[in-house]
Amino acid sequence: MTVFLLRRLLQAAAVVLVMSLLVFLGVYAIGDPVEILISPEADQIERERAIRALGLDLPLWQQYLVFLGRALQGDLGRSFVFNEPALQLILQRMPATLELAVGATLVALVIGLPLGLYAGLRPHAPVAKGILAGSILGFSLPTFWVGLMLIMVFAVQLGWLPSTGRGETVTVLGMRWSFLTRDGLAHMVMPALNLSLFKTSLVIRLTRAGVRETMLMDYVKFARAKGLSPARITFVHVFKNILIPVVTVVGLEFGGTIAFSVVTESVFAWPGMGKLIIDSINVLDRPVMVAYLMIIVLMFITINLVVDITYSLLDPRVRLEGKS
Amino acid sequence: MVGWFRAALCGAILACGLTPATPCRAQTLTIAVGAPVTSIDPHYHQLSPNTAVAQMIFSGLTATDGHARLVPELAEGWRPVDATTWEFRLRPGVRFHNGSAFTAEDVAFTFQRVPNVPNSPSSYAIYTRPIREVQVVDPLTLRLTTASPYPLMPTDLASVMILDAETHAQATTEGFNAGPMAIGTGPFRMASHRNGDRIAFERNDDYFGARPAWQRVTYRMITNDAARTAALLAGDVEVIDQVPTSDLAKLRGDARLALSEITGLRLIYLALDHARREATPFATDGEGRPLPRNPLQDPRVRRALSMAIDRGAIVERVMEGAVIPAGQFLPEGSFSHVPDLAPTPYDPEGAKRLLAEAGFPQGFRLTLHGPNDRYPNDARIIQAIGQMWTRAGLRTAVEAQPWTSFVARAGRQEFSVFLQGWGSSSGEGSNPLRNLVATPDREKGYGASNRGRYSNPELDRLLAAAMQELDDAKREALLQQATRLAFEDVGILPLHIQKNSWAMRKGLAHDARADELTRAQDIRPAGAAR
Repeated sequence: MTVFLLRRLLQAAAVVLVMSLLVFLGVYAIGDPVEILISPEADQIERERAIRALGLDLPLWQQYLVFLGRALQGDLGRSFVFNEPALQLILQRMPATLELAVGATLVALVIGLPLGLYAGLRPHAPVAKGILAGSILGFSLPTFWVGLMLIMVFAVQLGWLPSTGRGETVTVLGMRWSFLTRDGLAHMVMPALNLSLFKTSLVIRLTRAGVRETMLMDYVKFARAKGLSPARITFVHVFKNILIPVVTVVGLEFGGTIAFSVVTESVFAWPGMGKLIIDSINVLDRPVMVAYLMIIVLMFITINLVVDITYSLLDPRVRLEGKS
Repeated sequence: MVGWFRAALCGAILACGLTPATPCRAQTLTIAVGAPVTSIDPHYHQLSPNTAVAQMIFSGLTATDGHARLVPELAEGWRPVDATTWEFRLRPGVRFHNGSAFTAEDVAFTFQRVPNVPNSPSSYAIYTRPIREVQVVDPLTLRLTTASPYPLMPTDLASVMILDAETHAQATTEGFNAGPMAIGTGPFRMASHRNGDRIAFERNDDYFGARPAWQRVTYRMITNDAARTAALLAGDVEVIDQVPTSDLAKLRGDARLALSEITGLRLIYLALDHARREATPFATDGEGRPLPRNPLQDPRVRRALSMAIDRGAIVERVMEGAVIPAGQFLPEGSFSHVPDLAPTPYDPEGAKRLLAEAGFPQGFRLTLHGPNDRYPNDARIIQAIGQMWTRAGLRTAVEAQPWTSFVARAGRQEFSVFLQGWGSSSGEGSNPLRNLVATPDREKGYGASNRGRYSNPELDRLLAAAMQELDDAKREALLQQATRLAFEDVGILPLHIQKNSWAMRKGLAHDARADELTRAQDIRPAGAAR
């Protein structure tokens, strides 16, 4: 286990280094932040001052080395726009995105697993076909459109839920969470639902496929022959075996949700990291863009590790120390 | 119990001096704006949304009203003492939110701080740079000396928010954003600030000006147009700005809503490549080879391009009436507007004749560039113009791209003809003349946004004379002459001036602002006194 973790950490460090270079070059290629940030009224002298103030007068390789040197000390740079440490800005926004992503994943599991299980056990029932057709909609409808429709129906027409924004928050562990208040939950329902739509469809399909495949296995037949109850076969023997692909995909999807919930967050004016990154891209706030992508890289590395460890818990045949 | 509470609340509202016709409701207001506020520090990042919020918390020596006319604020009056000295008389008895008294020393301190805010991506130093010396005559009198006559001093100072020498001596941008330093003399105090999400305000009951109608204001940032409109329709917010042109008709027809509108100061225009004498990259002959000389150097070609544009069609079809056709920088009623300089009438036949006269009887090929995410309907505007020009014999290709990459390329003069916008924040003609058509000159700070590099010595001379002229009437005449020159020579090709619009629930009234700023002090219950 220790060797495995060490090797993973080394790999992670290499990936982070390569990513930092790629991200830095990519962000550099997009455009000139001074042209975007500076007031149109600014004259030539003011432009030159701004270029120096933002450290953009140095050649690219020097800018990168400055960035790298600071990053090693835990400083990912200061936002051009907010004049605050980029890392701090992102971490401030993280709880909002995190609770949305967790909410969406929970919804996907709570709805997706039972429906998928049913569709897998009774593949020819009309309801199962309905579930499958519904999951196609979940895959193919664009998120921003569904989000706007949710707002139009539940906020504008029915008036049941608030249209946009984050509700009341409670501070726990120095971070603001909204899922602990009634108002906060009400604000969370629609964005979480919107974000979970794609995931729910995914879980339904994965579960259904897994169940259909497993039901034909010898050990299921044997269990039946032995006279085990259908409930025990389904929930103990089948269910445990189909969980591995579901856990993998949900884990990776969870990372994706945190990193790229941009559309949902901007439609619902949800003040999370996705909204921060899209706002930062619009004004070419390079330090925030770079810091954000670095954090996302680290997050994916962590999630992959957690998924691997979960495997070993779910399936004793998987050994973490296994030689490559 | 509820009745008693309502009665008490009504009493409170009446005591505030509002007319009895005011409906009895809580004095709270929620506004949703379309552009994010990036900083509460009034000297850190010059950006319209920041200015709007700064004007709620802080005040300048001068200010502008809804029509961009200069009005007194912390200064009661000002006059030029001699050619290079301005004297400002300050308003007595003004206090900052923390009780500290406002004096001339605070103004001197502010002018010190403005150019020295660390890491500023766009500072306000351009407004304080002409000041050579600040002389505090007495606590309520201030003299500013400039190197040469500078008639725009009072206009420029409307952009500089005054801070307190005692409170803000060590203030950092983070201190403003976090709240403790957000202390000004404005109509509202900042109660809380959640970066990129919302700002909460409370009324400053000691404000020296007209008392705002709202005890509490929530200022939310909803950048998605459809979501902002939906939030208004759902009743979650009471006022929205930047109403999308496609929603205007629907909102106007909604009995629960009201709209406010004003002709703005933002001109949408086409910049033309004047820099290259030889070939310009995007004007080619029928086979796609670059033309040997830049056709845009010929005034007849430039005039033909303008005549071939049907501005009325763009106003009606593309912009759904949310703009007015333009023939110059500023709308009617502005300082230095030229009364008889009308938008060029649509005349495709005349355009063809002019092109033939200029040696292009068969026309030529052109690529028109523009952003697709910057100005309302920007990509559709250039598509429409492309079709109109093609009809007039110029086979035009259209290329729209994101602002972030477009503006960098425009700055490097990579285009031949391209769409731009300019908001003349000062509301007078010297601002667009200096920035858009004056010959670029680093020392004078002119022509910084003249991306087509138009240059006209006669215009430069008139502008230089205007910038030395302290007499308003004479200065206006000079600016009008310079403006006429710029547009008769088609230095830039004006398209339209945007109207600014806000939508709100019925029962509210709003004094719309030409400078696009959305401020809570401009909103009040309908029927309440201003």
